[in-house]
Amino acid sequence: MTPGILALIVLALTIVGYIAGRQRALARSSASGERLHSLPNYYGQSVALFIAIPAYFLLGAWLFLQPVFIESQVSTQIPDSAIPEGSVRSLVMSDVRRIADGLDIIVDRGSLTETDLAGLSAETTSIRDMLANAGVALGSDVSVPVFEAAKSYRAIGKTGALARNILVLAAAIGFGLWAWSRIHPAMRARNVSETFIRALLMGSSLVAILTTFGIVGSLLFETLNFFGMYPASEFFFSTVWDPQFRGGSDLGIIPLLWGTFYVSLVALILAVPVGLMIAVYLSEYAGRSLRGFAKPAIEILAGIPTIVYGLFALITVGPFLRDWIAQPLGLGSSSSSVMTAGLVMGIMLIPFVSSLSDDIINAVPQSMRDGSYGLGATQSETIRRVIMPAALPGIVGAVLLAASRAIGETMIVVMGAGAAARLDLNPFEAMTTVTVKIVSQLTGDTEFASPETLVAFALGLTLFAFTLGLNVLALYIVRKYREQYE
Amino acid sequence: MTDVTAASPAAAQLKGGSLYERGERTRRRHTAERRFRALGLAAVTFGILALFGLLGSILYNGTSSFWQTYVTLDIYLDPAKLDKSGNRDPEELQKLTTFSYAPLISAAMAAKMEGAGIEIEGLNAKAAAEIVSKEAPATLRNAVLADPSMIGETVTFELLANGRVDGYYKGRVTMASAELDRNVSPQQLMLADALKDAGALSTRFNFAFFTAPDASDTRPEAAGLGVAILGSAYMMLIVLALALPIGVAASIYLEEFAPQNWLTDIIEVNISNLAAVPSIVFGILGLAVFINYVGLPQSAPIVGGLVLTLMTLPTIIIATRAALKAVPPSIREAALGVGASKMQTIFHHVLPLAAPGILTGTIIGLAQALGETAPLLLIGMVAFVREFPDAPPGGLFDPAAALPVQVYNWTQRGDPAFVERASGAIIVLLVFLIVMNGIAILLRRRFERRW
Repeated sequence: MTPGILALIVLALTIVGYIAGRQRALARSSASGERLHSLPNYYGQSVALFIAIPAYFLLGAWLFLQPVFIESQVSTQIPDSAIPEGSVRSLVMSDVRRIADGLDIIVDRGSLTETDLAGLSAETTSIRDMLANAGVALGSDVSVPVFEAAKSYRAIGKTGALARNILVLAAAIGFGLWAWSRIHPAMRARNVSETFIRALLMGSSLVAILTTFGIVGSLLFETLNFFGMYPASEFFFSTVWDPQFRGGSDLGIIPLLWGTFYVSLVALILAVPVGLMIAVYLSEYAGRSLRGFAKPAIEILAGIPTIVYGLFALITVGPFLRDWIAQPLGLGSSSSSVMTAGLVMGIMLIPFVSSLSDDIINAVPQSMRDGSYGLGATQSETIRRVIMPAALPGIVGAVLLAASRAIGETMIVVMGAGAAARLDLNPFEAMTTVTVKIVSQLTGDTEFASPETLVAFALGLTLFAFTLGLNVLALYIVRKYREQYE
Repeated sequence: MTDVTAASPAAAQLKGGSLYERGERTRRRHTAERRFRALGLAAVTFGILALFGLLGSILYNGTSSFWQTYVTLDIYLDPAKLDKSGNRDPEELQKLTTFSYAPLISAAMAAKMEGAGIEIEGLNAKAAAEIVSKEAPATLRNAVLADPSMIGETVTFELLANGRVDGYYKGRVTMASAELDRNVSPQQLMLADALKDAGALSTRFNFAFFTAPDASDTRPEAAGLGVAILGSAYMMLIVLALALPIGVAASIYLEEFAPQNWLTDIIEVNISNLAAVPSIVFGILGLAVFINYVGLPQSAPIVGGLVLTLMTLPTIIIATRAALKAVPPSIREAALGVGASKMQTIFHHVLPLAAPGILTGTIIGLAQALGETAPLLLIGMVAFVREFPDAPPGGLFDPAAALPVQVYNWTQRGDPAFVERASGAIIVLLVFLIVMNGIAILLRRRFERRW
């Protein structure tokens, strides 16, 4: 029984429970002549909730925890001597998993029965060839302890699945019967089901916390793993980024941070003045018809996915900059460059900056404007000398938010900035950023045991820390500023 | 206080001339005013031009991908080559690879040239047949496998033309560039022109672009978006099924029930922070938790859907809370006043009134999720997938592509024909987004109530 079928069975039980609960309430009420405390549907609902929620919760938790449990059980079975030179336990364990999956395929095909499999030994048969026939390729021959571990991996998995099915069904039926048996007309069924639903609503709001825990947990865990293999001081202070797939890589973050910083700087230099001026012009000067056309147009820019900007950088802006500016001036011959990515990212940020500044400018009280006009200032003087200083904290907050977006942006830099890690001042050279390297280290075949892969998690943690810091700072500034005028 | 007035600059200026004449300083101030206005207008113009430049460049590069050149050939399906035993046994036909079909196309091309009286100097039979796509033998094979009774007859097939020949009719390839190109010769293009005159080669609307799966590096003409559109649709289904109920439930709790305490504060801060976490970090989460830890398959829509759900949740929660807040307290008070419980008030009265706002927010969140690329790269959606996933729920675990990732994938390939395809795919993606946002705007216009 797969988890999917199990979930469907629980769903069917839930429906049955609902009907049965409702019927029982009605029957008992008409038998005793007592009035029901709640509407009949609430009696059904209370039974249905007691069937579905514990069962689904148990199923989810089981699916999540079983892999860890099996892993720790099987992992202790492999003696240290079975781990080949230069390898680690987690690599051997991934072999074990693949062998177990391969055995599942073979048994499913019917070319091997469970009893045959129990008698099979890695000493007499070449498991590697057998699995290759089933479409599972293994890097090396299978040693006896590894094969035995794979067999017990399957065995524990099977027992686990059986226990799961029994327990989930038992929970559904048990709780259902209990809820059903306590139905009587005086029972406060509405209160029961409402308390239950309230708990569910609260549980849903905890998903946000769980997500944050998931992000921080996975990043921290793998980063610690990475620092176990690669010295942290090298990572933070080395100026060379040169991953090798055979080991001996230099994984210094400095060139990546420099690229990230440079691209973001170019983007902000374009986006902040333009976005700010757009906000000022549209809110203070533009007539109704221009605003009616320009405002949605700028908002459309904000709704376009970043992959579109990436393609724009790749096929239009990059070649244009190369052919018309970089090559004539002798500054470089690469179409992907800091300038390409920065300019396109700047365009992406314009609507972001302009809509944030628009809110901030509108929040400046009208009385300040009126005061300034009353003293004879022109419109632009009012904007520059009165509104801007008053709105400055908010605008700084908006710029910080834009910067955090720029740092975390991926597709534009992947397609526009290039892949060469370089410390250079020339903006027409290809450079690379933290996000580009996360993508390149984690796409394709990933083996979670080499520093070349795990470095992506350290990069991710750095990125997360930077953006989180910028956001918290920006939100703090914006909130402080709002209080000023409330 | 007369002495103070006399010392003020305004009085000093008055002394210098009439109020009706603008002084030097006033003129300077007015010039500055005009300059500032012009700068503002320039910024707005730049923003709008950027939008038009962006869309224009995509449309300019991409519209041609909706047209495709086809070659019409009468192919004799030779039984001596396809079915040596003569029993039309499907299993034996299955064993026959596309290599056995290629000569049939060569023969048909030679016959066509002879029939139409086309002779081109320096063009051998092999090169002549190469103006048909490398995908054509596979098309032929599939047709024969679907209907073995065709063997032995002459059937008219409309086959894809080679990508370069296709590019010739779209202006991407010229006689001069063909001279330098290893993959196509000017003679082949001349043959294509001659076939066009003879009516055997035509360019028509490219339906296969929406239905066909991806194709390998050497046959851009056969690459389509079928698997990607289906994969994206599956992911949207998952996002809708998970993010909408969880998001609405969380918003109801936070807006209506949550007590003012530290836990509520933490949840609120968390949600606003999650909205600002870079999307690629969600990809790392998906890889580490869903694939590596839980053991879900790579490239599967289920993983993509889960990651996008987590990304969309903050958007939906923020929109839903705004919609719930917009329902006036009088509605709640009226319901409570006639004896409804708090839960009944919310589910029977507040939620239905907030529904249009919630739906609008959900559609906008879905549109964002549809265009999201970076996290999908990390969970293996870049893999080359030619097989269509099965129907859900099983198909959710099959490998699939996604629309924006397909765009990225195509830009990473060598053949320039793929750039055209990528731009075409962007147009398809943008059309989906426009439709979704249009629905959201319509919903808002049609159902939104203001109290």
